[in-house]
Amino acid sequence: MSLTILNAVIAVVAAIAFAAINAAYLVWAERRGAGRIQRRPGPNVNGPFGLLQPPCDGIKLMAKQLMIPGGADKALFMVAPVLAMAPAIMSFVTIPFSDTIVAHSMNIGVLMIFAFASMGAMAILLAGWGSRSKYAVMASVRAVSQNISYEIPMLITVITIVMMTGTMNLAEMVASQTGGIWHWNIVPSLSSPLMPVSFLLFFICALAETNRAPFDLGEAESELVAGFHTEYGSMGFGLFFMGEYANIVIGASLITILFLGGWGCPLGLYPGVWWFLLKIYLLIFSFIWIRWTFPRTTIYGLLNLSWKILIPISLFNLLLTAGLLKVF
Amino acid sequence: MNPTEWSWMPGIFTAEGFAGYADAAAGIVFLIMLATTIIGGIIACNSERLVRAVAGLALCFVGVAAIYYFLNSPFLAMMQMLIYIGAVCITIAFAIMLATPEESKKQGPAGPLTGPLGLVTAGLVTFGMIGLAVNTKFDIMPKVNMGKVKIIGSQLLTTYSMVFELVSVVLLIAIIGSLVIARHGRSK
Repeated sequence: MSLTILNAVIAVVAAIAFAAINAAYLVWAERRGAGRIQRRPGPNVNGPFGLLQPPCDGIKLMAKQLMIPGGADKALFMVAPVLAMAPAIMSFVTIPFSDTIVAHSMNIGVLMIFAFASMGAMAILLAGWGSRSKYAVMASVRAVSQNISYEIPMLITVITIVMMTGTMNLAEMVASQTGGIWHWNIVPSLSSPLMPVSFLLFFICALAETNRAPFDLGEAESELVAGFHTEYGSMGFGLFFMGEYANIVIGASLITILFLGGWGCPLGLYPGVWWFLLKIYLLIFSFIWIRWTFPRTTIYGLLNLSWKILIPISLFNLLLTAGLLKVF
Repeated sequence: MNPTEWSWMPGIFTAEGFAGYADAAAGIVFLIMLATTIIGGIIACNSERLVRAVAGLALCFVGVAAIYYFLNSPFLAMMQMLIYIGAVCITIAFAIMLATPEESKKQGPAGPLTGPLGLVTAGLVTFGMIGLAVNTKFDIMPKVNMGKVKIIGSQLLTTYSMVFELVSVVLLIAIIGSLVIARHGRSK
């Protein structure tokens, strides 16, 4: 390719557009799904099936006045929503949607996604502290302790996968799983019999890391008003929302790449970006499904689950895989 | 791809046209990273509110990570982000939230020697840095690898195994120390 800068610009614009469109229409999907599960219609007035609801919401959010509470720390209050959205978009740069559609294939792609994901906790912290409201501060402390505790089993599980595939390049990880469902990482093999457990661990951690119900202690509306974004209105709130959905898409993409064979077909036929999209949207649907069918956990139950169950299991899995990889 | 196909594009967008500007662009990018680091450091040192200081520290770390990336060490850059922003800054912010009800920095009265001593220290450090910068011969290192994990791992366990072991001992001491402190508080 002779157009280096243009390629970069196109990649960035495409990443932002993909994140924004997903954010807008996943909100719609979430509300429709919630309606379906709770036996009510959900948004169905604007356009066919309510499909024009997201643009209307967007216009409403952008037209609203940007309010900053009197006691808030203005600088941090303004920075936090941007910090919630920007790292999520950065992570899209290295995600391979198919063997040709990737903005920048890095040898340390997994590491890059986790490096930028770890900035999300910083955004929540600054949002809570910057708005100087007790609900927001309490929620941000909760959300951050949750993020820290679930990052550990998640990273240990990723190390297991990295040991098996011998690479941190996401495209190479997918390439090692080509050729049908029995090659996918989710299927137990001789050197890693606990792979389905790893998948489950990673799935739970992805739910917790993206602050999704049943782990949405950071915005538990029944106890903390709206959690860390209590004081945010208009586009500040909008950016948090978009950041959350962008993170969900990234989480689903990571699960797809690490465990479900990326853009490969279950039967080895016609690999391509359509399989990738199908898989991530199925995963996102299951996220929505879980959110509206499980009640919220308590903060102690949540932290105990991570430290007393998930971390020991993931460590055991890591050691077992390391040992078996040495043997076989 | 046929280069003439894109002839309607401004020259800078093509690789051939961009080559002439590459050094200038790299210089500007480097200056931006440097400015980010220095501004972050200044915020970290001079802000009145501790949480703002932590945010400044995070900005400083982003700048440093960017410089690592710029110097062809993507692995180090990502580790800087993951460890220093994802863990260190958040732990510091956590400690601030849990410890101090008021968030402004407490400053004791400055002694009469503070100013002169500070000046002397700053002068010494500046001279040392200038001496280092002038007397060091800066070689452009060859690009070893683009963050291949296998190479980094085998290097850590062979060439740099001493450093690796020492770091793990330091970490072990830190863990034991924090456990001792926590235990002490609990028995009361």
